[in-house]
Amino acid sequence: MSAENVREIVTDIYENISSQSLEKGDVLINTLHAIQDHFGNFIPIEAAEVMKDLTGLPLSRIYEVLTFYTMFSTHKRGKYVIRVCKSLPCHVTGGQAVVDSLKNILEIDFGETTTDGLFTLEETSCLGLCGVSPVMMINDEAYGNLTPERVSEIVDGMVSRERSE
Amino acid sequence: MSKPITVLVSIDSNSLLLGARHFKNYLSTLTENYNLNSIVEILETGSFGDYGRGVLFLVLPDNVMYSVKSEADIEMLVMEHLLKGRRVEELIVTDFDSAARVEATETTKEERIVLRNAGSIDPRNLEEYIALDGYQGLAKALRLTPEDVIEELKKSNLRGRGGAGFPTGLKWEFTQRVESDEKYVICNADEGEPGTFKDRLIMEGDPHSVIEGMIIAGYAVGASKGYIYIRGEYFESVASLRGAISKAYEYGLLGQSILGTNFSFDLSVRLGAGAYVCGEETALIESIEGKSGRPRLKPPYPPVSGLYGKPTVVNNVETFACIPPIIDKGASWFKSIGTASSPGTKVYSLCGDLVKRGIVEVPMGTSVRDLVQKYGGGVPNGRTLKMIQTGGAAGSFIKPEEMDAQLDFDSFKKYGASLGSGVILAIDDTHCAVDIARNLMEFFAHESCGKCAPCREGTHVIVHILDELSKGRGTSEMLNQLYDISETMEESSFCGLGQSVPVPLRSILDRFKDEFLAHVNSPQCPVGACKFEKSTKKKR
Repeated sequence: MSAENVREIVTDIYENISSQSLEKGDVLINTLHAIQDHFGNFIPIEAAEVMKDLTGLPLSRIYEVLTFYTMFSTHKRGKYVIRVCKSLPCHVTGGQAVVDSLKNILEIDFGETTTDGLFTLEETSCLGLCGVSPVMMINDEAYGNLTPERVSEIVDGMVSRERSE
Repeated sequence: MSKPITVLVSIDSNSLLLGARHFKNYLSTLTENYNLNSIVEILETGSFGDYGRGVLFLVLPDNVMYSVKSEADIEMLVMEHLLKGRRVEELIVTDFDSAARVEATETTKEERIVLRNAGSIDPRNLEEYIALDGYQGLAKALRLTPEDVIEELKKSNLRGRGGAGFPTGLKWEFTQRVESDEKYVICNADEGEPGTFKDRLIMEGDPHSVIEGMIIAGYAVGASKGYIYIRGEYFESVASLRGAISKAYEYGLLGQSILGTNFSFDLSVRLGAGAYVCGEETALIESIEGKSGRPRLKPPYPPVSGLYGKPTVVNNVETFACIPPIIDKGASWFKSIGTASSPGTKVYSLCGDLVKRGIVEVPMGTSVRDLVQKYGGGVPNGRTLKMIQTGGAAGSFIKPEEMDAQLDFDSFKKYGASLGSGVILAIDDTHCAVDIARNLMEFFAHESCGKCAPCREGTHVIVHILDELSKGRGTSEMLNQLYDISETMEESSFCGLGQSVPVPLRSILDRFKDEFLAHVNSPQCPVGACKFEKSTKKKR
């Protein structure tokens, strides 16, 4: 990933999203989402530098936004980011057991990434899927009615799919 | 040409998790295999509002609702009902009311205004929305003066559904009266109150109802631009609204000269990125402006100085969805439903230890007891109900004997039960009050934005105390500290987030004082949920 390459990619994304802009500055967060999706679950510092040039905002401001919002990351995360809900509706329907099993199976704690670079485990607040709690999201896909057994099926399934690819 | 039989299948986030897409595809395959294509139409729709029992399939015109849990169920549905016209009794959901089943006379009948179309139309099809009086409210509004639209809304006494219950008509009037070259309308779709999933359902089941409400707001207050700020995690809702907006542009309902008038309105979706505090309207405005979502000092309030310092209306998804029918059918119709101080309906999210978890829409003033027992089906597995948190994370805990509380915007004053965002979280007797309180306070500690000390530090000290208590290392003095911190946070926190933390905390402390004390005085947690640890440094 060369510097020119990053500049070109980020500029493309920004220009593409700017067409939705109604007012100056109102697409920054949408753009950061798209950049993060492109680079695979994180925003490299080089991309933030390019955004600084494109928007005229100070780098500190972009960094502040990146670190304020839970969904953004400035350091590399796993190919799959697992966000498990820690809020009360999940907690009372067996959420803690799901959290414990995720930590056990992946052998990592919140905020950590597995050594093979596949999974990052994060906690999240309510995902609004309380009708089928406990729930988690793996990237943009949601999984509900979880039990420790179901969690291990899902993770095993993803690992074996990755290995066969 | 429409086909004689229609099967509606609910495709929303919750149903998808139960395998809705797979079942629907399987149904298509089977109808094709049995040459039923010419007589059976399979349509996707939004949620029917119930998830306890599998994916719901509604067969019309027979009006039979099936709950499908496996491929075998689909096979039965096709072989018996579609091929032979025989009802599959064991799969039928009996006590169910959907917008499409108008004749339902069962005890669990709902009153649907906001969810009038969810579960009966294809949310991606604008024509279906229009066929069911969609955009009639807008057409009527555009024939009235902006003042008359606001007057009608004020008469209806519609109050904001986000939780605070501020009169919507008044908010619009404030915004309308301020002179400005630019004004904005914002839909707060940053649904993050734990236990709330109603806005997701509205956006995925009937996105045009929100868009129509926003266009009417734009006309009434004199705004030409609007934003829908949706949680970044709500991928399905974002897709649903983006699709609906582009359809609305295609049909001339958004953009220049709407419906042939000289009123123009642009609408665009903005994403959140995982910050609960952005549900606070000024933090949300900061976020749209591309900044960290930290709340602003109020006053000035958004109707005077909001987005980019211009007059701005900010309303919740559910509030906007109420607007079109109010304009279309009139304020007196709306006021005939609900209670005097809080007219209309409320959409509740039923969650936690309930047999039937899901969404119901019922008139304001419905009791917690009805929501828990009638609509929620009570507590499963033969357990006993221990407490109910009403209104969301910032709402109060009540005991089962207080369930006669009738929920509306005044019920906190009257019964100590919050309406909030309409959450009913049932908690059974396998749970410990200290553990529940700790989990909840961890949420607030995580979501405090850090701007003011009472909230930033207060939540952390509260979590520390509750953590000590849950490990058997607490003192009775700590309980007093919890009350002290509550008072400080309530009085001196910068925004509603910190100010509201004491509501759930004090309500659970007051009602379960003995259980909290038992964590100080007993050798173990009375429920057995907390694991006591031997303290290495006793007596602090």
